[in-house]
Amino acid sequence: MDELLLHPTTAGGKLLLMIIAIALFALVMALVLILADRPRRRPRWVTAAVFLFPALALVAFGLIYPALVTIRNSFFDQTSDDFVGLKNFGFILRDPEFLTTLRNTVAWVVLVPLLSTVIGLVYAVLVDRAKVEKFAKTLIFLPMAISMVGASIIWKFVYDNRVGALSRAYVTVAGWFGSEDAQAPYWLIDAPWNTFFLMVVMIWIQAGFAMTVLSASIKAIPDDIIEAARLDGVTGIKMFRHVTVPMIRPSLVVVLTTVAMTALKAFDIVRTMQGRLYHASVVANDFYTWSFNNNDKGVGAALAVLLFVIVVPVIAYNVRQLKLTEDIR
Amino acid sequence: MTAARIAGPAKNNQPAKTKPGDGSREDGIVQNGGPRQRLGRRAARARRVLTSSAASTIAICVGVLWSVPTFGLLVTSFRGSVQDIRTTGWWEALKPSNWGGFSLDHYGTVLSGTGTANLADYFVNSIVMTLPAVVIPIFLALLAAYAFAWIPFRGSNILFVGIFALQVVPIQVAMVPLLTQYVNLGLNSSFWVLWLSHAMFGLPLAIFLLHNFMKEIPRSLVEAARVDGAGHVTTFFRIILPLMVPAIASFAIFQFLWVWNDLLVALAFGGNTPDLAPITARLSDMAGSLGSRWHLLAAGAFVSTIVPMGVFLALQRYFVRGLLAGSVKG
Repeated sequence: MDELLLHPTTAGGKLLLMIIAIALFALVMALVLILADRPRRRPRWVTAAVFLFPALALVAFGLIYPALVTIRNSFFDQTSDDFVGLKNFGFILRDPEFLTTLRNTVAWVVLVPLLSTVIGLVYAVLVDRAKVEKFAKTLIFLPMAISMVGASIIWKFVYDNRVGALSRAYVTVAGWFGSEDAQAPYWLIDAPWNTFFLMVVMIWIQAGFAMTVLSASIKAIPDDIIEAARLDGVTGIKMFRHVTVPMIRPSLVVVLTTVAMTALKAFDIVRTMQGRLYHASVVANDFYTWSFNNNDKGVGAALAVLLFVIVVPVIAYNVRQLKLTEDIR
Repeated sequence: MTAARIAGPAKNNQPAKTKPGDGSREDGIVQNGGPRQRLGRRAARARRVLTSSAASTIAICVGVLWSVPTFGLLVTSFRGSVQDIRTTGWWEALKPSNWGGFSLDHYGTVLSGTGTANLADYFVNSIVMTLPAVVIPIFLALLAAYAFAWIPFRGSNILFVGIFALQVVPIQVAMVPLLTQYVNLGLNSSFWVLWLSHAMFGLPLAIFLLHNFMKEIPRSLVEAARVDGAGHVTTFFRIILPLMVPAIASFAIFQFLWVWNDLLVALAFGGNTPDLAPITARLSDMAGSLGSRWHLLAAGAFVSTIVPMGVFLALQRYFVRGLLAGSVKG
């Protein structure tokens, strides 16, 4: 029974368990819904509760309660037994290596959204006039389907010191300028520039997202406005600066914050490409290392709380925007 | 649509065709339009066609540049000689004289049990992990979104805002205590943990996204069903669900890509055993331990990418729709 329902080891066993799980889920849902439908005359809030309960219960069990425990743990020692006040936060803020991590994280959260958005915006404007729009968009968009782990391997190969495209290109270009036996830099080792080369991977993925959202936003600008501007003699760069950008400002804000949040939380790229070595770590990566490799629940929780605190302004802003759109409606 | 907008003014130079409400300024200019005006317009149009082809060229160049990294590793995964991969750039393999060197050997190695990296097991794990982790949150979120959209109750707004706010909360904040809860329940290191976690972490976005789509359904349709005596459950299945199919597809592809490509949940809850860990966890480990054995890493990366890439290309339309509904609010 244990093998069947908890720890299957063969491919067949795993697939069977998957089917059992889906069937079980369907059964439970059917029971819940039959319960909701039986006596027709019952207070409305009972029906609402039945529809909402499964989702809210899972969110409470999996997000809200554990988050509260994490906040508590950040003030406790590594086994969560003794209260230590702000010691964990003091520890991470005094560690010089952690200050490097913090600096890297700031670079990720600021530069990745900016560069992705600029590239995505320029590209969206370019393809907006192109005949091959759909194909050109797919080329930029495709990295979004690749996992960050896959993207990391793809780029690690680009950066490979011996056979990587970037290293070879560097040596070739250096050859044109007369240096015969130039050595390509160690892209992923030399700090602080290695952080930039790691960020390139994220920008490579996120530019497609920015391009898609901004392109849709550009297409939604009313024709009359473009016409009016054109008849006033506004073209090219001026049109872009004074008409296009102001018109799509809300989408720009959404793209910038969304990419910033992704860049803040992602540890996949740093971890897959080099772990904690060479001063290129970020807060999300340190969180994983402290929580699951060093098994220090206190410091790990403090790092998670730090991530959360950085996100709070974005949450507040989003909620305000939601309220505004609701009011308009 | 874009082409129409750009070509529009050049073609549309007869006063009679001016749409009402286009603004008096335009009317004035169009009425004054003589032959000189028309010539000027033709020049402007020619300039636009020129910039258009220049823009196309630049766009394609950037697009190709964007694809080079992926293409390079793809070519490498098919190069038979490990020695060549280690010593020469991948573009060497594209020379016609080297075409004989392509083979599928490395794919055989990473998929069969003989090599250091047996990815077949992990691939199965990814499939087993992903399907329920997509189905469960969709159904639960549909129910919740229905309640938020069509069953008025006190506190509905504040609850919805709460769920909405949870979307951006980093899941790191929940992971360690959640693992403890799983251990207490005796569920740790099983697929149940992966399914539950992905379902829970996906729910806030799912509810928000599906609610956005569900609001668009005409109120009259739902009310007509209610007047005919249909209960909420009947309305949900008969009226709402069929209309929500495109929206469900949008979120499904989102969640599919997220679950399949995720590393954090995979590592923290899936460990690194062939019985449970999905392919991303194994691949990330290989990138560290295999260093520059590019023939294995390349083939491995593409084995893990083939499924999400296929789903993505097949359902791109829905993916874009979901992206826009989720991120461009109002």
